[in-house]
Amino acid sequence: MRHLLGLRDLAPETIELILSTAEPMKEILGREIKKVPALRGKTVATLFYEPSTRTRMSFELAAKYLSADTVGLAAATSSVAKGESLLDTIRTVTALGADIIVLRHPSPGAAHLAARVEGCSIVNAGDGTHEHPTQALLDLFTIREVKGRIAGLTVVIVGDILHSRVARSNIWGLTKLGARVRVAGPATLIPPGLEHVGVDVFYDLREAVRDSDVIYVLRIQRERQRQAFLPSLREYARLYAITGEILSLAKPDAIVMHPGPMNRGVEIWGEVCDSPRAVITTQVTNGVAVRMAVLYLLAGGEVKHDPH
Amino acid sequence: MSLRVKAEIMDAEGVRRVLTRMAHEIVERNKGTEQLALVGILRRGAPLADRLAQKIQDIEGNKVAVGYLDITLYRDDLTQLGYHARVYRTEINFPVTDKKIVLVDDVIYTGRTVRAAMDAIMDLGRPQSIQLAVLVDRGHRELPIRADYVGKNIPTSRKEIIAVYLKEVDGKDSVVIKEKGDA
Repeated sequence: MRHLLGLRDLAPETIELILSTAEPMKEILGREIKKVPALRGKTVATLFYEPSTRTRMSFELAAKYLSADTVGLAAATSSVAKGESLLDTIRTVTALGADIIVLRHPSPGAAHLAARVEGCSIVNAGDGTHEHPTQALLDLFTIREVKGRIAGLTVVIVGDILHSRVARSNIWGLTKLGARVRVAGPATLIPPGLEHVGVDVFYDLREAVRDSDVIYVLRIQRERQRQAFLPSLREYARLYAITGEILSLAKPDAIVMHPGPMNRGVEIWGEVCDSPRAVITTQVTNGVAVRMAVLYLLAGGEVKHDPH
Repeated sequence: MSLRVKAEIMDAEGVRRVLTRMAHEIVERNKGTEQLALVGILRRGAPLADRLAQKIQDIEGNKVAVGYLDITLYRDDLTQLGYHARVYRTEINFPVTDKKIVLVDDVIYTGRTVRAAMDAIMDLGRPQSIQLAVLVDRGHRELPIRADYVGKNIPTSRKEIIAVYLKEVDGKDSVVIKEKGDA
């Protein structure tokens, strides 16, 4: 693996490899001394052109637990503000010695563009509304950990599908691993053509969650709602919030997931996100393990099997 | 590159007898099983640790703690390999502090795996001692490390390969010596 740009281009076997590599990484997180020397001498740079605390922190901790050195560039306060282009910045950070660059950028395709620069690996940490592969990988890992499998499960993704890179990456990942994917939300927030990638579209939340195994609640991204796709947040909450009553329509052992940060009382009710059925904090922990697996695999290149 | 089998060094019976002797030696050296714990290095050290623990239990009547250690993330050649070996899950469900740890592996060669294993164990706690048990010692050490319990010493050339097959992993018990050849 040279870069991690999105799940659309990843083979199911590569996804499986990342997930199975994340298992031993999670064991490390449970230790008293959470550090192994695997990436000693490697440098991981985080380059964030959009605000994010948790994803960035998650990547930095993942790198540190593997003994890599980390540096961060807060784009707004740096040379970007002085007009440097993305590719020039990537070249500069590579020349400074970064082996892996974790990039978040508001433009779809930014990570693919950055990957043209020779000499370092790019991890897409979110490119506009396009993809957020490590989020989907940690979601897949969490589903597999809690449910024991992914194939054959029914997963409902609820909310603003149109603007969600989390939804896009999850749709690719879940369908590649054999889950049945449904999406539910207001018609204005569901992109056309989803049925062509094997996704069932619902406008009625109750119908969508019936007999499902996983309810994946997206955050209503207020910052992307300027164009009035929604009449109001109250209207959205009335029709699409995950309440205890909605949850009761899913399978009795169904779980609830959310990529964070949550808007309580908008897309999810406290009685749901504070219930034992919610695995939201598990997702956060697993995010570190999955990012450790990704950094480890990127630093090493190809994977070879026991030469025995 | 082809590999030619030169000779079988141990068959299933041979492996069984050698492990029985090693189990006795471990018990003798440690004067019983107090604080004793076996840690198999993944992958083929793991079933060997299980078998030694069973034999020690047969001899002494006590269960011995067993764990499994993956050393991939502690290798000194990760950045040189050009690939990353598969990582397996470390499972050591007991505190290693104050234990007499016996590391178990199939073959000792350069000693680098054992160096990595000792570092990995130290990260988990402070054992009273670390000992080493191997089924085969093939020589060519690159570090000042020796095994405390050896199943069989097999002098080899660097062109040769010692292949250990174990029922739990490979479906049979056997140790063979192979030679790299161009034929």
